[in-house]
Amino acid sequence: MDLKIRIGKVRFDNPIWSASGTFGYGEEFKDFIDLDKVGAIVAKTVTLHERSGNPVPRVVETPSGLLNSIGLENKGVESFKRDAMPFLKKTKAKAIVSIAGATKDEFVQCAKALSGKYKPDAIEINLSCPNVSHRGGKHPLFAQDPVATKDIVSSVKRKTNAMLIVKLTPSVTDIASVAQAARKGGADAVALVNTYPAMAVDAEEMRPLLGNITGGLSGPAIKPMALKAVWDVYNKVDIPIIGIGGIMTGTDVAEFMLCGASAVQVGTANFVDPASQSRILKEFIAYLRKKKLNKASDLIGKLKT
Amino acid sequence: MKKILKAKILQNKKIAEDHFCMDIGAPWLGTNSRPGQFLNIRVRDEATDPLLRIPLGIHRIRKKGVSLLYKVLGPGTEILKSRRKGEMIDVLGPLGNGFDLSVFSRRKNATAVLVSGGHGIAPLFSLAEELRRKKVRVEFFTGAKAGKHIIKTGELNKLGVKVHIATEDGTRGRKGLVTDIVRDYMKRNPNPEAIFACGPKPMTAAVAAIAKEKGIKAQVTYDEYMACGIGACRGCAVETTEGIKLSCKDGPVFDAEIIKWT
Repeated sequence: MDLKIRIGKVRFDNPIWSASGTFGYGEEFKDFIDLDKVGAIVAKTVTLHERSGNPVPRVVETPSGLLNSIGLENKGVESFKRDAMPFLKKTKAKAIVSIAGATKDEFVQCAKALSGKYKPDAIEINLSCPNVSHRGGKHPLFAQDPVATKDIVSSVKRKTNAMLIVKLTPSVTDIASVAQAARKGGADAVALVNTYPAMAVDAEEMRPLLGNITGGLSGPAIKPMALKAVWDVYNKVDIPIIGIGGIMTGTDVAEFMLCGASAVQVGTANFVDPASQSRILKEFIAYLRKKKLNKASDLIGKLKT
Repeated sequence: MKKILKAKILQNKKIAEDHFCMDIGAPWLGTNSRPGQFLNIRVRDEATDPLLRIPLGIHRIRKKGVSLLYKVLGPGTEILKSRRKGEMIDVLGPLGNGFDLSVFSRRKNATAVLVSGGHGIAPLFSLAEELRRKKVRVEFFTGAKAGKHIIKTGELNKLGVKVHIATEDGTRGRKGLVTDIVRDYMKRNPNPEAIFACGPKPMTAAVAAIAKEKGIKAQVTYDEYMACGIGACRGCAVETTEGIKLSCKDGPVFDAEIIKWT
């Protein structure tokens, strides 16, 4: 079975990756899963400076969903390079580092810091975390503004030769136009979707359930909407897509690839079952066999309509 | 080392109103768990609702496996109570740090004060067992809203533990808060080696204040909503004087003095 996927200059052993923020820096999962067999580990988002994150409660369950407002808690890019990068580099999984910033300059500085022996296989530019605010933009999220999206991506592109993935928010009228802007800025791929801005309420206590009041929704609840976002971008923009949103099984992987994803990221499932990615990979291989397909890449965009 | 296991339910029975005790057959967990650690339980396989596991403190540790004592509080525990003897259950653990008992390693005739509020008795019971094995004298303070929720006192007595009871409605033991009777005890016996507490935050915060006043080390459990239980999601953040820690990985047991009580 040929599971290899090529995106830009990088070849991945399989199309099933971990989603940023759901897999730590990989090490937390070593008791449960053979990390060498993960297609890629997308590390939790790092920022230029340390961030302490949002007030608790930071996570709450909703029907078939997980609502979170972590707020990009991390110790900053320099600490990440020292403490997390060596372990990530040691695994055979491709190492992808997710970066975020409050300003364009912070994205650029972060990307610059990830060079030389700290250069990852790819950088994922997180323009879409719903749990942080940034200065000076006309929208709450950079990825709600095609102009800002293109500007940040092209600025990062000038400072790194790493493969660039741009992670988008589904909370827009026309996600294809933002994906197009990312492509024009020089992105090698787009990753969609980030969590849906959402909230949950305790009617008895008459209070929000999250400390930050609002957060981002992930998990099986969002899968049908995420599939639609992938389908929309696949049909309108010539750029590889990494599908994300509620993937729990090998069949879910196939659904995203049929809609046009070249690879997928598994997120919330890692919290339910830390070994889920190896199970999902096995289920996906079984699906391909059943469909008499020899190559995973043959599935991309093959939805019969 | 932590593992995901499919283990057999040996027993799942009601022990008081809304309170259940589940015995899980898993020798590996029996050998590798410590008092104060917890398991993350998938109440129903393959279901997406409820989606996440639920964290439950380990109540008893024996060769054949571990027990969980839980109160039915939401959809997860509602399903858990319906699980039957003989069924297999998906458990992840042991998780968290557990209580630090190094203070007792060299002392003879040491005393430990254990304070539980409501079903906070769950992890403190295995702690009491462990301390008795180490020949530590255990003064166990247990409180609840009403007498019907005061549980496990007979079994504690059998361990040779002195049990002190308080209920808010006065239906059993002294009327009032468990921390009131702890405070009174400390006036008469000001020098226990350590205090351990598990229960609602106002209670553990009050215990921390008593310990600080008396200059005694206290270890308390401090829970926050968590998703993964293994330190990946960073949901269960706890603010401490040593920076942000995680309830699931750095805790759930913390030195009371480092927690920033709000």
